[in-house]
Amino acid sequence: MTASQPAGERDLAASATDPDTPDSDQWARLLRGSQGVAMHPGALNRLVSRTVELLHDAQRAEPLDVGAAAEAGALLVESHFTDSELLSRAIGLLSAGDGRAPSAELAGAFAAGWASALRERTLQEQEAIRLAADTARRDAERALRESEARFRALFESAAIGIGIGDVEGNILAANKALQQIFGARPEDMQGRRVNDLVHPEDTPGVWEAYEELVSGKREHFSFDKPYYRQDGEVVWTHLTCSLIRDDDGTPVYQVAMLEDITDRYRLQERLRHQATHDPLTGLPNRSAFFERLEAIFEDPEPGARFGLCYVDLDGFKVVNDSLGHEMGDQLLAAVALRLEAALRPLGHLVARLGGDEFVVLLEDCRGEAEAVAAAKTVLAALAKPVPIDGHRLAVGASVGVLERPVAATTPMAAVRAADLTLYRAKAEGRGRWTLFDPQRNARAVSRYAVSVRMPVALDRGEFFIDYQPLCLLADGSLAAVEALVRWRHPQLGVLGPDEFIGTAEETGLIMPLGRWVLEQACGQAADWVGEFGDRAPQVNVNLAVRQVRNAGLVSDIDRILRDTGLAPERLTLEITESAVVGPKDESLRALHSLVDMGVSLAVDDFGTGWSNLAYLRDLPVSGLKIAGSFVSDLKDSGREQVLGWRIVSGLVSLAHTLGLTVTAEGVENADHADRLRTMGCDRAQGWHFGRPMRPEQIAERIVKVGEE
Amino acid sequence: MIFGPLACFLSFYIEMGSLMRRPPWVPEGMDLDRPAAARVYDYYLGGSHNFAADREMARKAITMWPDLPQIMRANRAFLRRSVTFLAERGFTRFLDIGSGIPTFGAVHEVAREIQPDSRVVYVDKDPVAVAHSRLLLQDDPLSTVVDADLTDPAELLARPEVVELLAAGEPVALLLVAVLHFVTDEQDPEGIIRTLREALPPGSALAICHASIEGRPDQAATHQDLYNRTPTPLTMRSVERITGFFDGFDLVEPGVVYLPQWRPDEPTVVAEHPERMVGLVGVGLLP
Repeated sequence: MTASQPAGERDLAASATDPDTPDSDQWARLLRGSQGVAMHPGALNRLVSRTVELLHDAQRAEPLDVGAAAEAGALLVESHFTDSELLSRAIGLLSAGDGRAPSAELAGAFAAGWASALRERTLQEQEAIRLAADTARRDAERALRESEARFRALFESAAIGIGIGDVEGNILAANKALQQIFGARPEDMQGRRVNDLVHPEDTPGVWEAYEELVSGKREHFSFDKPYYRQDGEVVWTHLTCSLIRDDDGTPVYQVAMLEDITDRYRLQERLRHQATHDPLTGLPNRSAFFERLEAIFEDPEPGARFGLCYVDLDGFKVVNDSLGHEMGDQLLAAVALRLEAALRPLGHLVARLGGDEFVVLLEDCRGEAEAVAAAKTVLAALAKPVPIDGHRLAVGASVGVLERPVAATTPMAAVRAADLTLYRAKAEGRGRWTLFDPQRNARAVSRYAVSVRMPVALDRGEFFIDYQPLCLLADGSLAAVEALVRWRHPQLGVLGPDEFIGTAEETGLIMPLGRWVLEQACGQAADWVGEFGDRAPQVNVNLAVRQVRNAGLVSDIDRILRDTGLAPERLTLEITESAVVGPKDESLRALHSLVDMGVSLAVDDFGTGWSNLAYLRDLPVSGLKIAGSFVSDLKDSGREQVLGWRIVSGLVSLAHTLGLTVTAEGVENADHADRLRTMGCDRAQGWHFGRPMRPEQIAERIVKVGEE
Repeated sequence: MIFGPLACFLSFYIEMGSLMRRPPWVPEGMDLDRPAAARVYDYYLGGSHNFAADREMARKAITMWPDLPQIMRANRAFLRRSVTFLAERGFTRFLDIGSGIPTFGAVHEVAREIQPDSRVVYVDKDPVAVAHSRLLLQDDPLSTVVDADLTDPAELLARPEVVELLAAGEPVALLLVAVLHFVTDEQDPEGIIRTLREALPPGSALAICHASIEGRPDQAATHQDLYNRTPTPLTMRSVERITGFFDGFDLVEPGVVYLPQWRPDEPTVVAEHPERMVGLVGVGLLP
């Protein structure tokens, strides 16, 4: 029962005589065990002393000083002794004493003070925390308002159009930029619905994506989309639409952001138009035509048909050459205009393929008659002369018409077929249409297959050479062989020179091919010389017109002869009449050089070309070959036969007059051979003397003759 | 195709949603129907700065764990003892993070008993606690209240009031009393303390009081559960983790100990079972 603090000493002094409720020690322990833990020991001691003093004072007064007791209770509450447990234990200490009457009264007064102070404190604290909560809420609301103001400013002043709608499609808000895009006033936007914003040029899928968005199946989508402005004009936008969900994930709003891309879109369209249209005539160009044609083949209805009219102007080149390109261009533009005007109303596509070539595409064609009608329309449209710069230009056209089931062909095959049909129309006389003919086409296509395949055929070793005997009519002995090139075509089988040399000349492949034939033939002839000596035949090799005119001919042959070791005298080059145009022709010099080298020249197919006999004087030839047709066409009897033989006879004497040896081609029987021999013809070639054969067979023949 | 302005706008939305913890103009939600740690704490201490939801939660917790009010008082006592200790060592600058509702024994009051010109910056993220503190301190020129979140220490350190407190270069007492256990492991408490430590001038101090799984593991789980239903879930940690928080600081005697064991006012007053007061505490000084 001792206290260390000076404040306690006075209590101690008083306790001897004064009432000892509460006991200071017990009181101090009570407080320390409760809130006192958190207090500074000095402060706690001061509180203990003060409350004990008040309680003791209260008891000393007569009657009991209720106010002092109540103040002690209030002091505890002030120091956060608000625990009801503490009150109960404090009352226990106060009433413990010695059972004197005032104890209960004292405890009651203390408790009343405590309770009253607690009530006051509680109310104050509740008020304070409410005030804090209200302040915080106001701050939050102000911050929200500021935030909203910022968002509104952002929304309103955004350079991009922003619209907000609910998931039912009602447009709730549209910012200024969006109103500008739509050319609309705020009131125009009110009550509008997203679903009203359909445009016929909407990208497929945009509305499906929209439905998915508002039903919560997707979060956003982006499309280029056209809209009608308020004034009815079309505005193209890049649209991005996003879904906004509430806290539970339920879709509540959609936000659409639109950028006006009309200028960009127009530019794209323009570039696309430029890429797909011919600048001169404004018609769809070649690539646009093929795009449309290929589209027909993409997913055709069963039984679908289509038609093509390939149109080529007749005589356009003359206009171009005589009146100039500018006039030619005007003519093309005028033609395009007429074709477009005549055929567009029928629902057909007119395109310019290039030059003076046009094409009419008939989609969903009902039959050949419709395609022919279109061709006739083309011809009729161009029937009247075209007035340009005071000229009245008569321009006709040829038309190749093709009408086919889509399933029967491919775009490329159809175009090729139409092109070939057009050339038939040209060949048969201009100003007409010709209908596609499958059989003729097949032949033409095989020629086509030839030219396509030929460039690789040489590399792949698809060519080979057969040799046909040329025999002396006097004794039937083998004098020479003619090298005849063959092509083992992978699809068409073995082709003779007639079937591909023309194409080779057109494509220029004749140069490497001709060189190859020379190399092979000379090599073979040299081999035979090595094997059979004097009994080996000479070799005849055909020279094409282009080869004759090629500057490298002389050096080529010189090289080949040296490479193969063949004596020049053993080589005869067969040329056609058309190879040499006139005495001043450059190729004449080359031919002279060859002859100077020791090589012989012969005129092949003599009598079939346009023969100016004068050229034979200038040509350093040593022989003539009478075209096979002169002999093989000879009938067995009659007036024509007599005439035919007279001609042959005349050719033989002409040749001999010029000092040339004569070879008759196409000799198919002994009778003909006899008559030719009688006429003094030197040599003969034809089935009677041997068909073209493999070099081994030639060798066998030499061997056999030697054995006899 | 997303182009300039739209990209800005969209990313702005996205950031709002996920990247930015606290966009500059959007306040955190204020929902008085959910208990808040600061007001629950006030109730434990016998205060009335609380609402029905706070009281309901506090009563539940006390039913499960009757020692809680006592623990909270012990916590409050530690705050007082540590602030007194630091003030006696000459500290006049205090940064009290997670200050809550300073009902009694607030830092500025305790410190000024020894250093009358002590400055205190109170920091809390609870808008009500902040508003209340501001009302209390509106006439105190040396105390300020900052609305900031400990889990974003860089942002907290950038607040003008905090900058000013640190700028003088004088030692600052950083008080993390009963707040770190509201930082989850994902939020990286060590990293947060490191960031704060690097901002402190030499000679500064760190005081920590942290709920611990030592002592009463039987109670810890349910208590943690209860807090997990509040906006401020609780993570109790081991003595090793808590000691580790003092990396870079020199721990003053007696190191990391139970609440009542840290420099008691009167050694004889320490209760018999200090581990019942499950808070682990310590004070460290920066060299």
